Amino acid sequence: MGSYILKRLLLAVPVIFGITVIVFLIMAMIPGDPATAILGSYATPENVARLNRDLGLDQPLVARYFIWLGNMLHGDFGQSFSLNRPVIDEVLERFNNTLILAGTSFVLCTVFGILAGVVSAARQYGFADKAITFVVLLGISIPSFFLGMMMILIFAVDLQWLPVSGMYAIYGGGDLPDLLHHLTMPALALAVVATGVVARLSRSAMLEVLRQDFIRTARAKGVKEGRVIWGHALRAAMVSIIPVLGIQAGFVLSGAVYIEIVFQWPGIGRMLVDAILQRDILLVQGGVVFVAACYVIFNIIVDVAQSLLDPRIKT
Amino acid sequence: MSAFFKLLARNRLALGGLIVMGLVVALALITPLLPLVDPDATNTANRFLPPFSDGALLGTDALGRDLLSRLLWGTRLSLAVGFAAALFAAVAGAAVGIIAGFYGGRTDNIIMRAVDMLMAFPYILLALAIVAALGPGLVNALIAVSVVNIPFFARNIRGITVGLANKEFVDAAKLAGMSNARIITSEILPNVVPVIVIAMSTTIGWMILETAGLSFLGLGSQPPQADLGSMLGEARSALITNPHTSVIPGIMILIIVMSINLLGDGVRDALDPRLKSGALSRPMAATRVDRKHTPAPEARTEGILSLENLRTEFHVKDRIYKAVSGVSLSVKPGECLGVIGESGSGKSVTALSIMGLVASPPGVITGGAARLEGRDMIGARYGDLRTLRGRRVAYIFQDPLATLHPLYKVGDQLVEAISSHRAISKSEGRAKAIELLKSVRIPNAEERVDSYPHEMSGGMRQRVGIAMALANDPDVIIADEPTTALDVTVQAQILSLLDDLRRERGLAIVFITHDFGVVAQLCDRVAVMYAGRIVEEGPTMEILRAPAHPYTARLIACVPELGAGKRKLEAIPGLPPSVDALPAGCAFADRCLKAQPSCKEGEILLEGTGSRAVRCLYPELSLSKETA
Ligand code: SF4
Repeated sequence: MGSYILKRLLLAVPVIFGITVIVFLIMAMIPGDPATAILGSYATPENVARLNRDLGLDQPLVARYFIWLGNMLHGDFGQSFSLNRPVIDEVLERFNNTLILAGTSFVLCTVFGILAGVVSAARQYGFADKAITFVVLLGISIPSFFLGMMMILIFAVDLQWLPVSGMYAIYGGGDLPDLLHHLTMPALALAVVATGVVARLSRSAMLEVLRQDFIRTARAKGVKEGRVIWGHALRAAMVSIIPVLGIQAGFVLSGAVYIEIVFQWPGIGRMLVDAILQRDILLVQGGVVFVAACYVIFNIIVDVAQSLLDPRIKT
Repeated sequence: MSAFFKLLARNRLALGGLIVMGLVVALALITPLLPLVDPDATNTANRFLPPFSDGALLGTDALGRDLLSRLLWGTRLSLAVGFAAALFAAVAGAAVGIIAGFYGGRTDNIIMRAVDMLMAFPYILLALAIVAALGPGLVNALIAVSVVNIPFFARNIRGITVGLANKEFVDAAKLAGMSNARIITSEILPNVVPVIVIAMSTTIGWMILETAGLSFLGLGSQPPQADLGSMLGEARSALITNPHTSVIPGIMILIIVMSINLLGDGVRDALDPRLKSGALSRPMAATRVDRKHTPAPEARTEGILSLENLRTEFHVKDRIYKAVSGVSLSVKPGECLGVIGESGSGKSVTALSIMGLVASPPGVITGGAARLEGRDMIGARYGDLRTLRGRRVAYIFQDPLATLHPLYKVGDQLVEAISSHRAISKSEGRAKAIELLKSVRIPNAEERVDSYPHEMSGGMRQRVGIAMALANDPDVIIADEPTTALDVTVQAQILSLLDDLRRERGLAIVFITHDFGVVAQLCDRVAVMYAGRIVEEGPTMEILRAPAHPYTARLIACVPELGAGKRKLEAIPGLPPSVDALPAGCAFADRCLKAQPSCKEGEILLEGTGSRAVRCLYPELSLSKETA
């Protein structure tokens, strides 16, 4: 197992390397002099000088890439000019907030998606199946940002159950109950689409598995139907559900950008949008590379989980 | 293609989606012709008019602009941008995919590596990076969304191109000296275009949503121009005071995306052949029972297990396949009954019907009884049936690689057979599992208990299957072709194992096979099935010596040397009739050398005296005379 994890980690190195190349090339598309483009309205002479020194902007493209990469490997993602603090500090702080939001949503979509999918498959064409199928269709069709706004109208404005936005109450907040109070709506809004996708996939994976011969064997042994469904069938279906969970994690992370804007959640998605509007290029660059690399690592965890579940995968 | 549209039309939800989408598109197309107010004309005196106000059907927004007009123009813009993004992504992705797939080798490798890298991003990060570089704006958002989706198309199209690039007509074109560009445009492109179109239609809703999303973030369309996303984004600041400005564009996006999703589902279903045949429905816990006449729940029977006039059908759409039509059998403790027939004769369905294991849908038991010590199990409650399964009547199936759970250790699967019927501790379970493995002569049982099925040989797996059947000391074992997948030596071992077990434990065995050689080795009595019915029945040795039914005679003639010949029935010309359209009279008549016109009329009964019976008007051997 250890060697398998190591192997997967080694395979991730070129992918992360490729990610930096792609981001670098995209940013190199910015027309005009890079220093002024990066600095925009912050192009004071000392900032320009600092940037030229840090990023080697007077050097050819390839050299510039390796200087940038070298800096990042030392944990130096550059300076955010709009915030006047190191990019990495801001990114880490914001990413932490995003993880709380997206992580909760990911758990929600996994649990409820699989639950709904299994029930739907076990009761195929029954009432529960039809109801779930309809809700799922609605769920995957409603834009998360619109859903979030409607939730604010209903649960925050009308019913006043939950706060409109933010991560903590401004006065006297900051503890866990306060966080959960603020987290509920955005986490739910973010989870809806992914839950729908996971539910659909789980349903078809379960239907596929329930037709297999080993399910008939389990029934012939006299295994209780509940265990046939939630044990034998789900266990086998997980083999095709888990890779989709990996993909869904990417969608949850993407959707977090909208949800963070709607609910004023101080996460990395909102940071990126603000940075784009402020034309703080280094902040965008650093944030994108950092999150993409984290996502690659998350997918390794998914692969490892898959290999733990399926003894047929060579480790 | 027209069949495809028919299928699509039959899916009512998809049709609904198509109609709604058509309406929205039509509305967007005629928007410039409608008598609408200028969508960008501000009127600060009329800010935030509610819907159904005079002169503003849907009200006005923060700048007093008419919402209906803005909604229609915004829809038009959103649809156009989404469509353009999809088209751009499809064309660029297809180009990349065709080049990679057609040229293969290094080109393919490098391109697909790059595509993999792009797919390693959560999609919005890439889009944000592109917008960051190009600057906010509708065109840049469109570019960003297209680029992000190029890998999806590239991958799909590449897969298809690789398949095409190896086809003969491409080779022929190459030999004919056609240039690569000509081959791509004349041979490859026409074949991939339908795929591109379908992939595009399934992603277009997604593209509309994504471009609307970027506009919502303020990174897409810039004021005063507005698509649905930016309308929603601008309305957000007035969400609480004037919700209608948000709700209106939001609902429009919902309608568009939902109708496209419905349509996409319909397209997918229409294209997925498994759904057409209904094969994706899952079998229920027990076969559906729908009997016209309910037999007495209890009756005195000969033998431990007896079937009375069992009927099982498959109901597929409006067709009825009579897989088993009136089979009666019985087996005594310590006895082995062979049920033999070609595939499709109904022998396996008969076996599975006993414990309600026929996949249902489509299987339905429509008549008869299956009695265990006189008690009918066909009408039994599921809960009762379950406690009998595996405990009193156990099954051994063909092909244990498919019939054992691939992800559970064999030991755990054995223990589960016991724990489903009585509580058993972990250590006792393990000891019992090892004992069971030993009883079926598996070497190193202590280690094998922790193996997964894929780590064992076919013969070993089948022994596990037998051990599992023995776990609860059942009274009856139903073995459904348990040796078919095995080679001859292993087969002989398994057969002698079963024979020993039945003698030691007094098991009743129903042995389903298509091989008279196997029957001869193991079974005391044999029933020959053809087209869902028993055509001959009697003691194995007598039947082998002097078969009465022409079909039995031919089956026996097919086995050159008992137990050693080829394991397949063959060389009977013709095919059995399809069980959804059985002819009148004898089902074997079309293949029978002795057939007379009278064979094709009326019902032929299973008749005989003593231990033998035959369903034939002109048997090879007259049973009544012989036994009289
Ligand atoms: S009934 Fe007639 S057709 Fe059928 S097996 Fe006997 S002889 Fe042949």
